Amino acid sequence: MEISSNRTRLKNSLLTVLFSLFSVVWFFPVVVIFYNSFKSNDAIKTSLFSLPDNLSFSGLENYITGVLHGNYPFYFAILNSIVITVLSVGLILLCTSMAAWYINRVNSLFCKIIYYFCIFSMIVPFQMVMFTLSKTANTLGLDTPITIPIVYLGFGAGLAIFLFNGFVKGIPMEIEEAATIDGCNTLELFFRVVAPVMKSTYISVGILEVMWVWNDYLLPYLVLDKKQFRTIPIQIQYLQGSYGQVNYGATMALIILCLLPIILIYFVCQKYIIKGVLSGAVKG
Amino acid sequence: MKRLKTSGAIKNRNRLTEVRKFAPLFLYPTVAAFIIGFVWPFFWGLYLSFFRFRSVKKTTFIGFENYIKAFSDATFLKSFIFTVLFTITSVFIINIVAFSVALVLTRGIRGSNFFRTVFFMPNLIGGIVLGYIWKIILDAIISRFFGSSLVLNSKYGFWGLVILVAWQQIGYMMIIYIAGLQNVPSEYLEAAKIDGANGKQLLRHITIPSVMPSITICTFLTLTNGFKLFDQNLALTGGRPYNETEMLALNIYNSFYESTTNMGVGQAKAVIFFITVAVIALSQLYLTRSKEVDA
Repeated sequence: MEISSNRTRLKNSLLTVLFSLFSVVWFFPVVVIFYNSFKSNDAIKTSLFSLPDNLSFSGLENYITGVLHGNYPFYFAILNSIVITVLSVGLILLCTSMAAWYINRVNSLFCKIIYYFCIFSMIVPFQMVMFTLSKTANTLGLDTPITIPIVYLGFGAGLAIFLFNGFVKGIPMEIEEAATIDGCNTLELFFRVVAPVMKSTYISVGILEVMWVWNDYLLPYLVLDKKQFRTIPIQIQYLQGSYGQVNYGATMALIILCLLPIILIYFVCQKYIIKGVLSGAVKG
Repeated sequence: MKRLKTSGAIKNRNRLTEVRKFAPLFLYPTVAAFIIGFVWPFFWGLYLSFFRFRSVKKTTFIGFENYIKAFSDATFLKSFIFTVLFTITSVFIINIVAFSVALVLTRGIRGSNFFRTVFFMPNLIGGIVLGYIWKIILDAIISRFFGSSLVLNSKYGFWGLVILVAWQQIGYMMIIYIAGLQNVPSEYLEAAKIDGANGKQLLRHITIPSVMPSITICTFLTLTNGFKLFDQNLALTGGRPYNETEMLALNIYNSFYESTTNMGVGQAKAVIFFITVAVIALSQLYLTRSKEVDA
């Protein structure tokens, strides 16, 4: 017995060492991009994997070039991405939670039809609607960072309503009845009683939607007026997609600027983030 | 007591009539956006797949001609085969690695939580950025050791894509497997151990049957993810060389936006694509349902 537990302990320590190595390998791509963002373009081209030294170190030059230069300033892309993400996710959370509660509680024929359409929409790939959706959005003037959230609400409503509905189902009616007897009207009932109970669902769905909208490329690329408004993924694609001289250093600096906030936030509240991202696993 | 309950039911009905009055605030905004963002584009797209058009203002009805053209388009069939091969390869690699990692991380080794965090991290990176990170790194490796480039040989493009999605999705599937493994009843494992089962037998007869639901979920997630891959494909190879690494979604995109003659073929391809993905998703639903009945 003694020997076997010793052996397990040894095996576990070896596994810890092995997995530490795997972790290093796992992080390797991001680390390479990180230290290369401080190297000059020539050094990047000749030897990507060597660390910056006195000769190749270029300080923040790549960052300055990346953010300020080019035909479209990167800080504007950052601003667009932030505006679109905040407005879209805010709108999705507010509208779909209210709709999901209404659908579940009223449960009329119309509500049922809407709900089945929501479930159906989860298995439809974006390519099916991309052309007609972008045409519709352009006709209705939904092609600016301020108005595109309506498109996100529309295309994202299915999954969000499904997730909220899953939680609303479990809220006991008695709470709502008691609140009504105490004199709550419907608005107070939802915002003072129902919404606070759904806090953890709001966090999960919110994280899921943030990851979707922040990283989304094709929808804003097709819908937005690209000369005026670009998001971070669109701008990175533009920098790379244009043939000829590619400024590797600047691209890497932009990739790091795009990743850093995500990774930092992730390490601070990873539990919520993993839970939120996994809640999207129901989508086909 | 009984009287109280009935009066409660009446109150509840009154309450719902009260709630119904708020439909314009609670329901209609989302429904309006849902119609703009999904319902209308979906049916319009279905309708347009039977028309020849270059702009939506001038359309000509041509029946199933777009579908016939789509199926006789060599690039479409090639991208279909490439997508199927890629998807099968990535489903196997991702699930086997994710399951093995999950097995190790549920043994209670030191640092398990840290490893989980690290392996999940790539999942947060968007497809376009992910594609460029790997393009830079793989190109450097390929040019040093093989004197070639990602966009010159479709083999490099294929395996590059597999490595990329493995890096992205292993962590995600690992978490689902860990959750499944933690639900394996420990009494079963202990009872089998007492009966003298070895590690392999435990895995085959107890652990794997108990995590079947997780295996079904992960298999179908990796399947649909593989079929729908777009951003990563666009950023890593863009379909080069000569559309040889072009996957379905990218092929559809190109037949829309690089075609100057008839966009209807692109829309017909999109409908075929939708039906393929829907069949995969519905068979998952069917399989998980029938499993639930068994249990």
